[in-house]
Amino acid sequence: MLDFPRWKVASIVTVLAVLCLLAFPSFLPERYTNRLPHLPKINLGLDLAGGSYLLLEADTADLANSRLEAMRDQVQTEMRRATPRIAIGDISARGGQLTFMLRDPSQVDAAREKLLGITGGGAGLTGQRQWDIQVVDSSRFVVRQTEAGLNQAIDQAMGDATEVVRRRIDELGTREPTIVRQGASRILVQVPGLQNPQQLKDLLGKTAKLEFKLVDDNANPADVARGIAPAGSQVLAYPGYPGGRIAVKRSAIVSGDQLTDARQANDPQSNAPIVNFTFDTQGGKRFARVTQENTGKLFAIILDNAVVSAPRINTPILGGSGYIEGNFTTESANELAIALRSGKLPVNLKVIEESTVGPDLGVDSIHAGVLACTVAVLLVVAFMFLTYGRFGAYANLAVVINVLVILTVMAVLGSSLTLPGIAGFVLTIGTAVDANVLINERIREERRRGRSVVQAVELGYKEASRTIFEANVTHGISGIIMLVLGSGPVKGFAVVLLIGILSSVFTAVTFTRMLVALWIRRARPQTIHI
Amino acid sequence: MKLLKIVPDHTNIDFVRLRGIAFGLTLALSLIAIALVGIRGLNMGVDFTGGLMIEESFTSPPPVEAVRATVDRLGVGDAAIQQVGSANTLSIRLPIQQGADEGATNAVVRKVEAALAQRFPGATFSRYATVGGKVSDELKWKGGMAVFFAVVGIGLFAIVRFEWQFGVSTVVAIIHDMLMTLGFFALSGFEVDLNIIAAFLTIIGYSINDKIVIDDRIRENMRRYRKMEMREIINLSVNETLPRTVMTSVTILLALAALLLLGGHVLRGFTAAMFLGIVVGTYSSIYVSSSLLITLGLRAEPDRARPGTNDKTRVDKSQIAGAERITPRER
Repeated sequence: MLDFPRWKVASIVTVLAVLCLLAFPSFLPERYTNRLPHLPKINLGLDLAGGSYLLLEADTADLANSRLEAMRDQVQTEMRRATPRIAIGDISARGGQLTFMLRDPSQVDAAREKLLGITGGGAGLTGQRQWDIQVVDSSRFVVRQTEAGLNQAIDQAMGDATEVVRRRIDELGTREPTIVRQGASRILVQVPGLQNPQQLKDLLGKTAKLEFKLVDDNANPADVARGIAPAGSQVLAYPGYPGGRIAVKRSAIVSGDQLTDARQANDPQSNAPIVNFTFDTQGGKRFARVTQENTGKLFAIILDNAVVSAPRINTPILGGSGYIEGNFTTESANELAIALRSGKLPVNLKVIEESTVGPDLGVDSIHAGVLACTVAVLLVVAFMFLTYGRFGAYANLAVVINVLVILTVMAVLGSSLTLPGIAGFVLTIGTAVDANVLINERIREERRRGRSVVQAVELGYKEASRTIFEANVTHGISGIIMLVLGSGPVKGFAVVLLIGILSSVFTAVTFTRMLVALWIRRARPQTIHI
Repeated sequence: MKLLKIVPDHTNIDFVRLRGIAFGLTLALSLIAIALVGIRGLNMGVDFTGGLMIEESFTSPPPVEAVRATVDRLGVGDAAIQQVGSANTLSIRLPIQQGADEGATNAVVRKVEAALAQRFPGATFSRYATVGGKVSDELKWKGGMAVFFAVVGIGLFAIVRFEWQFGVSTVVAIIHDMLMTLGFFALSGFEVDLNIIAAFLTIIGYSINDKIVIDDRIRENMRRYRKMEMREIINLSVNETLPRTVMTSVTILLALAALLLLGGHVLRGFTAAMFLGIVVGTYSSIYVSSSLLITLGLRAEPDRARPGTNDKTRVDKSQIAGAERITPRER
């Protein structure tokens, strides 16, 4: 064990020195490290930095519903367009399936052919059918979305939703938000250092589905008040309008997808907050054509299925841009502008868990945590030195290096330091010291049994190593379980614990063994003080 | 320099003889802990009950009753109000809002904020959390699973590496440690939240660590002193490892004491749990788990002493093997 070749010493020292040096950027104030963005620097968790943690869940039932409704519209249109026209009765979209009757049962095959085309044929790219088509009683069709089809739709919607959430949060100008998909239908959002979490939640709660539709002026006002619309039209809520409802055409002239930009501005005349928007080329052309054909009529600007305003088309709108006015405040107009710019959410998101820490508490916690850690290290170091003398000093050096190594590894891995993480540090210091306690007690024991210095040290390390291995494996098991099953704070704690287990085996066993070996080789002590 | 020795050399305490008393005491304390949890219940945090928690800082120590009255007037359900950390900070917990979606919960946070800020100028929130019913059920389930798998996983590891008796005795000792900690939470009224699950898992990990070290020594001594009686082997092993057991516990307790006193109120329940858990874990390592090995019938020559093997051949073989290899203890 005294056999430590020079290359081994050199590589151990180099590895540890590099790992320790890399920990230093984490201690520097931000104004210095901002100039060196490539150096790893540890992130502070939300409980230390202050900020918001949100867990969003998609309303998958709503997604399934709107998918079904879209399919209903498509079926209606396609059956009408078919040559010869396929006449069908009313389509019901209830119970998660579409049901409709053919007026002429002899068209069953043609209708099925058509449906297969609409629903993407027998199999999609993944080889799984998205929709299930059944014919009951020779003329009644039942179209159901398959599990696989719905899951694929959810997956795609979640991917898009995550992007939209990211764009919206970026618009708020916060630094380093974390936005990750979790499970099948959740998005986890962490935004450090946010002053106003309410704004974030309002923004993420908006679907921002913008549509421009013509107002159906043939509708009977009495029917509209009762919620009944003529064929091809629908009744929507219109707060502030007499009766609170208005009938509009089902098909949209242009939708929010065709916007290239949206900005909050003020109306030049009334100075009220408005939202200016610009269409893309195609959207602009279409809007120009429809407004030319319908000059003098009303059109509705619809946001998330409620009418915001329904202005009259006085002159054709040819420039490809326009504005939305409504009952806005500057903030709400700005929020709408952000939401429109970042695109609509393909699915409704709800906040199902939230945790927000004010910046003051975060600062208090950092101070308390750093103080507690410093005192803990000092106490442990003093105690070890008093108990084991020179061997205690070696162990102490190992503990300090261990703390720095953990910091570096966390910074490189990009995991955040949280309050439970600080507790994990304190515990890791304890377990790292335990390894040296095991070794040193074993050396003491072997010396008492009359072994020579070299033999005692050798046996001490050898026998203790097995115990240390077993103890660390069990510790590791609980660490891994925490990492896999734990959430939030438990994870933060587990990360520190696991890194600590790995690095402490290296520092507390290999590194101290090297120090002891070098000392014994140099000093050749006849007796040791331990 | 005279070095510190907490435990003198060559202790020879008959821990195995004390096991009757220790088992009685352990059983009594465990029953008390269960009774405490049953009668007083645990102060579950929003992580596990769902609902919302607002931690509000006031400029001066606030009258709790006035705060309660202010919140009650808003008609948002029964508020549980508790002082946390300094005298200026209160935690206000409210149940899940009935039949409402998250928008309503957000509105409640805002409403409570506004009402308190109006009644007590200068009051601001230092943190708040809202947890939906679905999420809190998941957290409860996952937390329970984590603890369960930790105990089972480590018990299995002990069985694979050692004998089944080690696995059983370790698991029994851990259940004891957890009961004690739960009893402490029932008694002290500290909030049980997600952090406490981490504390539990750490206590489990640490306590096992402690037991494995002793078990490892027992195994080593079983090989070394084949003819020695089991109770002597256990006594010897516990005594030999006693300096290490005490030393490590004291070191970790020193570090935890620093965290407990200086680490701020957010972590207080967490550190208190760990502090107690380590004391209890050390006790159960010394007095409970090793002595339990005798009760469970661990014998020398463990490789041939598996339950179900023929007793007669075992004795014969062990005698022959022992006679050949016995070595005296070096002094």
